[in-house]
Amino acid sequence: MIYMLIGISILLALIFLLAFFWASKTGQNDDTYTPSVRMLFDEEATGKIDQKSDEDHL
Amino acid sequence: MAMSKTKTLTVETHCYHCGEDLPFSPYILADKQFCCLGCQGVYQILSSHNLDNYYAYNDVPGQTQKTQAPRLEYLDEPTIIADLVDYQDNETTVITFYIPAIHCSSCIWLLENLYKINPAIIQSRIDFLKKQVVITFKNKALSLRELAEILSRIGYEPLISLQDVVKKQQHDVSDRQLIRKIAVAGFCFGNTMLLSFPEYFGLSGLEQQFKDFFGWLNLAFCLPVVFYCGRDYFSSAWINLKNGVLNLDFPLALGIAVMFLRSAAEIFSRSGAGFADTLCGLVFFLLVGRWMQKHTYHHLSFERDYRSYFPVAVTLLKENKESPLPLNQLKQGDRILIRSNEIIPADAILLNGTARLDFSFVTGESIPVEKVLGEVVYAGGRQLGGAIELEVIKPVSQSYLTRLWNNETFTADKDRIKTFSGTASKYFSVALLSVAIGSGLFWLFKEDPSKAMASFTAVLIIACPCALALSSPFTLAAVLSIFDKNKFYLKNTAVIEELARIDTFVFDKTGTITNPEAANFSFSGKITAIQKQWISDLARNSGHPLSRELVKWIALPKQFTALDYQEKVGRGISGLIDGQLICLGSTAFLGIEPVPQLPGSTVHVMIADQYLGYFLSSQQWRNGFKDLVLHLGRHAGLHLLSGDQEHDRKSLIPFFPSIQHMHFRQSPQNKLDYIKTLQNKGHKVLMFGDGLNDAGALKQSDLGVAITDNINNFTPGCDAILDGSSFSRIPNFIRQAKDAVRVIHMSFGISLAYNALGLFFAVQGTLSPLIAAVLMPASTITIISFTSIAARLYARKNHLL
Repeated sequence: MIYMLIGISILLALIFLLAFFWASKTGQNDDTYTPSVRMLFDEEATGKIDQKSDEDHL
Repeated sequence: MAMSKTKTLTVETHCYHCGEDLPFSPYILADKQFCCLGCQGVYQILSSHNLDNYYAYNDVPGQTQKTQAPRLEYLDEPTIIADLVDYQDNETTVITFYIPAIHCSSCIWLLENLYKINPAIIQSRIDFLKKQVVITFKNKALSLRELAEILSRIGYEPLISLQDVVKKQQHDVSDRQLIRKIAVAGFCFGNTMLLSFPEYFGLSGLEQQFKDFFGWLNLAFCLPVVFYCGRDYFSSAWINLKNGVLNLDFPLALGIAVMFLRSAAEIFSRSGAGFADTLCGLVFFLLVGRWMQKHTYHHLSFERDYRSYFPVAVTLLKENKESPLPLNQLKQGDRILIRSNEIIPADAILLNGTARLDFSFVTGESIPVEKVLGEVVYAGGRQLGGAIELEVIKPVSQSYLTRLWNNETFTADKDRIKTFSGTASKYFSVALLSVAIGSGLFWLFKEDPSKAMASFTAVLIIACPCALALSSPFTLAAVLSIFDKNKFYLKNTAVIEELARIDTFVFDKTGTITNPEAANFSFSGKITAIQKQWISDLARNSGHPLSRELVKWIALPKQFTALDYQEKVGRGISGLIDGQLICLGSTAFLGIEPVPQLPGSTVHVMIADQYLGYFLSSQQWRNGFKDLVLHLGRHAGLHLLSGDQEHDRKSLIPFFPSIQHMHFRQSPQNKLDYIKTLQNKGHKVLMFGDGLNDAGALKQSDLGVAITDNINNFTPGCDAILDGSSFSRIPNFIRQAKDAVRVIHMSFGISLAYNALGLFFAVQGTLSPLIAAVLMPASTITIISFTSIAARLYARKNHLL
């Protein structure tokens, strides 16, 4: 029983290690700065400007 | 609310796009004020594509657009395109551009929304730290040249040069490999530690059955650590040993090997638990140290040569037709067209037009050189006048300028900086081996062979210089990031140790100790805007450096033409502008009372026989130059190597200890040779330079430092790049470098103390895995925290933090 549990725990850890390998291979660790800025941009940004032009029509 | 208020305030005095001061009559569009047409143009493009948010994320995110847009015809040439793109098929093209102007979050936002400007752009991704953008676009609807032109129009001109930095970086995957090794080592370290805990805390009778199982698992985890992660240590130790060098990798490799073999032996023979966790931890920490040392600046290049200064292509004239030609295909006898502000790529004969060439970057000569028809024009000059036609007489690689790079200095490997850990490890390895053999022999003598073996291996294990190997990288990495904050960028950590040893400083003049954007004038007296215009239009006619700087400083477009212009060389100029007689020059020239000596050159102004006051050029030398030479001169030799004429000799005499140390009219080769002579006299030479003409001297010197006012600009190959604004901090940097070496010495002492403690158990043959497992991480953590804290404390003392 214990042997199996240890085996499973190591297997699980190995999966995470492989996941890290995959991430590094696909270049996800190459740029660690830009994504942190990118996520702050509003996709709705252009909508605001459209609203303004609507007001002008009124 | 408060934010929008401050914003309107900025807008009133500064350009809405780039934030520069507004000129006398700013350009106005939609209540926004701009400093030049370029900035206004960028705003227009952005607002017409609903990209106004560019201005919302940051105030004044743009770059000044005063400089002219480059000509990009060569980007239509298929051979050049093939060289530049990452991928291309019939539909789409992928290209990576290096764009120096990328500097804030607005840049990221705008460049990733390029598709709104032109729908042919499918995707654009920025790598901010590398200042690169990868653009995927439909090549049927948009050509590469059009893409580059779009980027230039919105103020993000890509830098395309012969020496493509982008390509080199893409192929460099060693960083990834190291990180992967760290991941594996960390993974094994964690697991072995967990599996070793039961052994350390003691197993009850019931749990004894797991002992072997844990041992085997531990050994299995050691395999990848030794043979994958630790592979480099073995190969490096072996290569160095073959060359008769004992470096720190030797005791490390020995420690790893012995630890592995003894663990395997103990586990096979069921005589003990082995040192699996210590082994994995050791390799893990070592790799982390190596990673720390590998600090890279993605946006800087220390290996640039003339190829990144020259353009990619040149305009070829053939049967009266202009066509772009890749520079490497340029042959002897080709006729080329050089437009205003372009660089002459090869030695050539002037066939048509007037050449006014700025050689300041190549020779250090600050005054433009005029050439007449039939004269030979050397490569590297920048044409200031109109377009000229030239016939190439030598290929690019053989020209007067580029020949410098054929010098042996450039082919020799510069990896010759002696580091402290390199020197110390020699003695350390010898001492370690003799202690190990000595204790082994002692126990053999006492006829206790098992103890002899135990003590011999234990010494090699416990004294494995992990903490020792980490003290240098962690100290130097901390100092590197401190320098980095102060805009002093070093190529690698060994440069810091070299900096601490320097005893001779050599300065280039033009661009290095003089500020290229030079004079900052201040006017004493009263002057109106129109009078400034008159002065500028008069001074425009003169070739004197002060006049040229004055025109540059006033920065007004030409309005009037001077009549009856007269120039008395070295004294002053006069002329009729807009009907007014204007005189500029010395007090003697104007016939007025001399003023007391002022710190800098003066230009006195007289308009319509009325004395108005004088311009004082406040900054002839770089900020803090005087204090710097005073400070450095106390302990070190100072020399000046200038490619310029002697016109500044007099004003430089007070700064340099002896007139024999000042040399003018030096060719690039002269500079290189001069450094060599100094080195032959046993000096450690640091060279400050900025231009291509210093490239040889920078390479030859023990430490070449390139000074630049904009780190995105071209800098010649060097060991370190210093931002001009930090010029006055050089003494602080040197003190910090010396302190860093002191910190390394101290941490060496600490780790030796830990080693001695471990050896106390080891030589007695009583080293248990538990002691090793405690000592190794404890010493490592002590070293890491000590070095980073000490480096920062010293930095505070040296006013660098």
